[in-house]
Amino acid sequence: MAVQLTGVRRVFGKGHVVIAGMDLNIDTGEFLAVLGPSGCGKSTMLRMIARLAEPDSGQIRIEPNAERFQTAFVFQDAHLLPWRTVLANAALPLELMGEAKTKREDRARAVLEQVGLLEALDRYPAELSGGMRMRVSLARALVTEPRLLLLDEPFAALDEITRFHLDVQLRELWHRRGMTVIFVTHSVSEAAFLANRAVVLARNGGAIKLDRRLELPAVRNNELRGDPQLGQEMRLLLGAIEE
Amino acid sequence: MRKTLLPPLIPLVLLTVTVEFLVREGFLRGYLVPAPSAVLRTMIDSRLELLQALLSTSAGALAGFVMSALTGIGIAVLLSSSRGVQRAFYPYAIFFQTVPLIAVAPLLVIWFGFGIRTVIASSFVASVFPVIANTLNGILSTDPSLRDLFKLYGASRLVTLFKLRLPAALPQVFTGLRVSAGLAVIGAIVGEFIAGGGLGSVVEIARTQQRIDKVFAAVLLASLLGLGLFGLINLLSHLMLRRWHASEQAQ
Repeated sequence: MAVQLTGVRRVFGKGHVVIAGMDLNIDTGEFLAVLGPSGCGKSTMLRMIARLAEPDSGQIRIEPNAERFQTAFVFQDAHLLPWRTVLANAALPLELMGEAKTKREDRARAVLEQVGLLEALDRYPAELSGGMRMRVSLARALVTEPRLLLLDEPFAALDEITRFHLDVQLRELWHRRGMTVIFVTHSVSEAAFLANRAVVLARNGGAIKLDRRLELPAVRNNELRGDPQLGQEMRLLLGAIEE
Repeated sequence: MRKTLLPPLIPLVLLTVTVEFLVREGFLRGYLVPAPSAVLRTMIDSRLELLQALLSTSAGALAGFVMSALTGIGIAVLLSSSRGVQRAFYPYAIFFQTVPLIAVAPLLVIWFGFGIRTVIASSFVASVFPVIANTLNGILSTDPSLRDLFKLYGASRLVTLFKLRLPAALPQVFTGLRVSAGLAVIGAIVGEFIAGGGLGSVVEIARTQQRIDKVFAAVLLASLLGLGLFGLINLLSHLMLRRWHASEQAQ
């Protein structure tokens, strides 16, 4: 799915302008990373695209005019229902959409397999590690086979090794499914490693300071992490943030 | 088991032995504080009367408590439905809580007559507020991200209530029920003071007869009843929350 923001403006409370007129086009199948300092409106932008918040003015168009529930959202931290098993958590979106039990559980099992959690189906969130919880959260987002996946600093709370694993896994899932991904992050290295395109937002009002197509190979794995090309891209992004 | 039972038993044994000693040696007057052995003897001698009273109080307290649990959760759900409803009615729930039960009890007798109905009503009045307050707090503090998630997949308010907000509030609901369990027994005894029956009557009659040993026996049983109810709630909470909530996993 393609996303088009035109003149999008969002104000909090009494005149605190979070986003002042943002224009941004995201093409179908793109993997976009959105970078910027805290409070620059990255999360707000994502929530508006998910229709969890409305812009005060301007337009957000999603093409093709999607059937419902083609958008999925992954939050900071896993936010699972602690009283449900891994399987029931992953099946939750389908349950809310009214899918029959056997069908939703079959599909949940299939996505859990993709994220490598088949052995943990009956466990509860409290019995999982942070990385496993995040993978359940990812599976929950993917279970509806979304065409647009929105992620709000999903791996920020994880240790670096776990994050590296999940980065690779996410990139593979994107590659296999051909969905559009918008990935909000604080981490320059994560943005450069994952995305095909990165935008850097300014501190106040969310103006776009840099919009860049990353010149990196299509296949991303941990060997890329030491690659000078990646370092070059990271320097560029960092430069734009600090400017 | 040994680790949880042994520590609280030590002060109990020490206290009992000390009081027994003080009464026997004449340092404490037996008509003010009975010897533990005398209380025990009374419990054995009047066992039928006490057991009957205990059963009657248990029935009243349990009925009052169950009513509090159901009504309290129901009221909390209604209050949580909108900020307007909450602003309009919650102050009255708080006001209700501050009305002194002992002053209202005679009114309950006028409404419900002498007997178990007044006892149940009194137990209910005493114990409903903690359930309301804690459940409401639990429902209102549902994780905003999870509410967003439910919204994203088009869940109705009712579905969100039953699949998200109420289950998420369960730990707080149990906190309310624990407090309310003790209060339900207190409310039942207060009701019995006025309306007659149960351990409340035993205390009242024994007091006029200067049977301090019997007063202590009844009070002890009433406390054990409160403790039993509390234990039951703990067990239920443990069974329902053990696999997901930190409060039950630490134990």
